[in-house]
Amino acid sequence: MTGGPLGKGENMNAVEFEHVKKQFPRMGYMALDDVNVQINEGEFVTILGSSGCGKTTFIKMINRLYKPDFGHIRLFGKDIQNSNPVLLRRKIGYVIQQVGLFPHMTVAENIATIPRILKWDKTKIENGIEEMLQLVSLDPKEFRDRYPAQLSGGQQQRVGLARALVANPPIMLLDEPFGAIDAINRENLQNEIKRIHAQSRKTYIFVTHDIREALKLGTKVIIMNKGHIIQYASPKEIINNPCDNFVIDLLKTLNIQNNYVIDGAGI
Amino acid sequence: MLGVIAYFQTDAANYINLVLEHVTISILVLLISMVIAIPLGIICSRSEILQNISEHLFSFLRIIPSLAVLIICIPFIGTGWKPAVIALTLLAIPPILLNTIQAFRTLPEPILEAATAMGMGTTYKLFNVKLPLAFPLIYTGIRTATVEVIASATLAAYIGAGGLGSLIFTGLGLMRVDLLYIGGISVAILSLGTGFLMNVFYKYKTRYLQIK
Repeated sequence: MTGGPLGKGENMNAVEFEHVKKQFPRMGYMALDDVNVQINEGEFVTILGSSGCGKTTFIKMINRLYKPDFGHIRLFGKDIQNSNPVLLRRKIGYVIQQVGLFPHMTVAENIATIPRILKWDKTKIENGIEEMLQLVSLDPKEFRDRYPAQLSGGQQQRVGLARALVANPPIMLLDEPFGAIDAINRENLQNEIKRIHAQSRKTYIFVTHDIREALKLGTKVIIMNKGHIIQYASPKEIINNPCDNFVIDLLKTLNIQNNYVIDGAGI
Repeated sequence: MLGVIAYFQTDAANYINLVLEHVTISILVLLISMVIAIPLGIICSRSEILQNISEHLFSFLRIIPSLAVLIICIPFIGTGWKPAVIALTLLAIPPILLNTIQAFRTLPEPILEAATAMGMGTTYKLFNVKLPLAFPLIYTGIRTATVEVIASATLAAYIGAGGLGSLIFTGLGLMRVDLLYIGGISVAILSLGTGFLMNVFYKYKTRYLQIK
């Protein structure tokens, strides 16, 4: 991965926000209010916050689905404002809650979307499909020729992950990817995304409103409220030193829920 | 019945010719209509105002009888196949246009966002995501238009455009019931048969919608 919009410089952060502000028309408050943050390469950052706190805005700015009103966003040291958005997005994996699989394409064709755009040769595409399906624990023989309508919600999101991962993007953006999936499947998918991240050592940014999920998956957690980053620290640090009342209140909801999950996550 | 058999014994070549004329004029009309209506529908779907204008205009055009359009055309372009093509195109555009607008206004937002976020350019996204997703509705419009055009092309014979309508008008003029039967039933079979074949194709192309 050299050259192009995500060509890496030395000692650069994978993602850097500098004084980023964003306000949507007809909204009384800032979606992002002077956000500054640096995310190291290889980190699995979860962004935790309630609805409307700016967390989705945050990640949609990274692949330029939204444009900041003010400030700079740099990926591996390069200001994305100077890059072609279409080319930039091909190097950033994107997974959303609604999955967004193309219903008229089979599982294999869905996964082949970016490889086709990138004009990979046929063998490379076939190998990629096979490899990705195995990575997300779907039997290629059974699943590659199915249509999305023939998959359960959990299976669809596995394909969504496979589709985003196939070109091995240096940055993965995940916007509440498991939000609509039942508890048991969510647990499995969480474990798998954690494993996949650990294997790849790419930079993952994962939005959630589930504090258990945020603490379980993140090597670092960003806690957001009303367009501000309240705390950015490791899960352990957040539990031991919550920086203000908002974080303390969040952690209280966790104690009411369950303690063993936190133990299980090895925090 | 004897008249029908006799007709096919003596005039089979003429009959095939009429069928071909009918089919040619219908295909020509449908191609022109699609080339106009689909891009126009895509453009209109982007603007509320254009959408309203085109919907009202073409809903209005739809209620003008084709025969009236045919006859209005004569002073400007004379008789023959040209005014027939114009009149039938005006008939075929509304269902295709209205369905195209509807299809493009109801494309699922998350899927389009996913397409954008995967690095598809505008044109690539149009041909690989938007048009395939809009296909079922657009195609339904085309099918409606096709059946209407094949049936209405009969009238085109009235102003000398040929086709199976010639048989019917000849039959009317000569009081030949056998010709009326041949003409009428042929048009019905052609129209229903085409509709059926188009259904088969639709089921094949949209099998992803039917499986569960």
